[in-house]
Amino acid sequence: MSASWPLWEVFVRGKRGLNHVHVGSLHAPDAEMAVRNARDVYTRRNEGVSVWVVPAEAITASSPDEKDPFFAPSGDKVYRHPTFYAISEDVPHL
Amino acid sequence: MSEDLESRFEAAVRSESRIEPRDWMPDGYRKTLIRQIAQHAHSEIIGMQPEGNWISRAPSLRRKAVLLAKVQDEAGHGLYLYSAAETLGAERGDLTEKLIAGRQKYSSIFNYPTLTFADVGVIGWLVDGAAICNQVPLCRTSYGPYARAMIRVCKEESFHQRQGYELLATMMSGTPAQREMVQDAVNRWWWPALMMFGPPDSESSNTERSMAWRIKRNTNDELRQKFVDMSVPQAERLGVTFPDPELRWNPERGHHDFGTPDWDEFWRVVQGDGPCNAQRVAHRRAAHEDGAWVREAATAHAAKRARRAGREAVA
Repeated sequence: MSASWPLWEVFVRGKRGLNHVHVGSLHAPDAEMAVRNARDVYTRRNEGVSVWVVPAEAITASSPDEKDPFFAPSGDKVYRHPTFYAISEDVPHL
Repeated sequence: MSEDLESRFEAAVRSESRIEPRDWMPDGYRKTLIRQIAQHAHSEIIGMQPEGNWISRAPSLRRKAVLLAKVQDEAGHGLYLYSAAETLGAERGDLTEKLIAGRQKYSSIFNYPTLTFADVGVIGWLVDGAAICNQVPLCRTSYGPYARAMIRVCKEESFHQRQGYELLATMMSGTPAQREMVQDAVNRWWWPALMMFGPPDSESSNTERSMAWRIKRNTNDELRQKFVDMSVPQAERLGVTFPDPELRWNPERGHHDFGTPDWDEFWRVVQGDGPCNAQRVAHRRAAHEDGAWVREAATAHAAKRARRAGREAVA
C-alpha cells in the first residue's frame, strides 16, 4: 500500500549557480525511486539540473511561531545592517 | 490563548501574508481546504480519462505526443495537489480510498464523454480555459502550499489551452465534416464548461466563508462572466458559435449577457447521475487495485535492499 511508503521532501536546483529550493513532496518506497519520481513530477520542463530528496521525518524545524523567541537574538541588532551607519553622502564607493 | 491565536491567524489572512502548514488555523479553515484541494486533485486525476481515451487514436504522431504530454501533466497536477493536501494532515492513501468509494467529489465536467477527436481540442480550449479562470486567482489563495501548487499548475495549463485551440483551428481549415465535428463538440461542451464555475452565487453555500478566509478570491458568477467575455472573441476567430440564443454583448454592462445553464442537470451530475460517473470511478478503482502488486513489490524490494545494506554495514 502506498500508505506505507515514506514521504520525501523534494529540492530542485534550477540551474548551476543557484541553491536547491524546496518544491514539494512525494511518496516512494526508497531513495532511488524517490529521485526518479521527483524527476517526473517536478522537472517535466527543464526546471532543474539537480534533485535532492530527503525523508520528511529527517527534517528538524524551528517552531512555526512567527513571534518565536528563537529568532529574537537578531531582532534587536539593527547594527548588523549597512543602513544603520550614517555616512556623509560625498564619501565615494561606500 | 486561543483568542490570541485566532486573531493572529485573521490578521495574517487580512494582511495577505500566507498561512503555512505548521501555523495555527481554525478547524473549519483546515477542513475546507482539505475538501477543496482533495476535490481539485481528484479532478486532475479523473481528468486524465476523457482525453486518455484518444491517445491510441490520435491522428498523427505529433498529436499523440502532445496528448500524452498533456495527460501526463494532469497526473503531475494531481500529485502537486495531493502533496499540498498532505501538509494539512490528510493522508494520500486515504484520499484515494475516498475517491474510489465515491465519498469525495471531483469536477463534474469529467463525467461527460469524449465522442470525437474534436472533443480533445474543445477540452483544451474551453475546459482548460475555464480551469485557468478558476486557478489564476488561486495563485493568491491564503494557504501557501496550495498557492504554490497553483502557480506551477497555471504555468503548465497555458500549453494545454493553446494546443487545444491550435487543434481546433487546424480542423476548422479542413473539410466541411471536420468543421461540423468542431461545432458539434463546442455545442456539447459549452454549457458543462459554464457549470465548472459552480452554482450561482445565490446558491453557493461555501462562497462567503471561503472569500472571508481568502481561500477563494472571486465568486462563481464573477469568474463565469470573465470566462464568457474571454471566450466569445476566440469563438468568432475560430468560426464557431456557442449554443446560447441569449448570448450578446451588453454595452451598458460592458459584458456579454448569456443564458442560464441547466442547473438541474448540474445537480444531477454532481449527485452521480451523469453520463460517465460510474465509468470514471470504476476505471480509477481498477487502476488502483490492479496496481496494488506493483506498490507491494516496490515496498518488498526496498525492505530487502535495506536489510542487505544493514548486513553489509555490520560485516
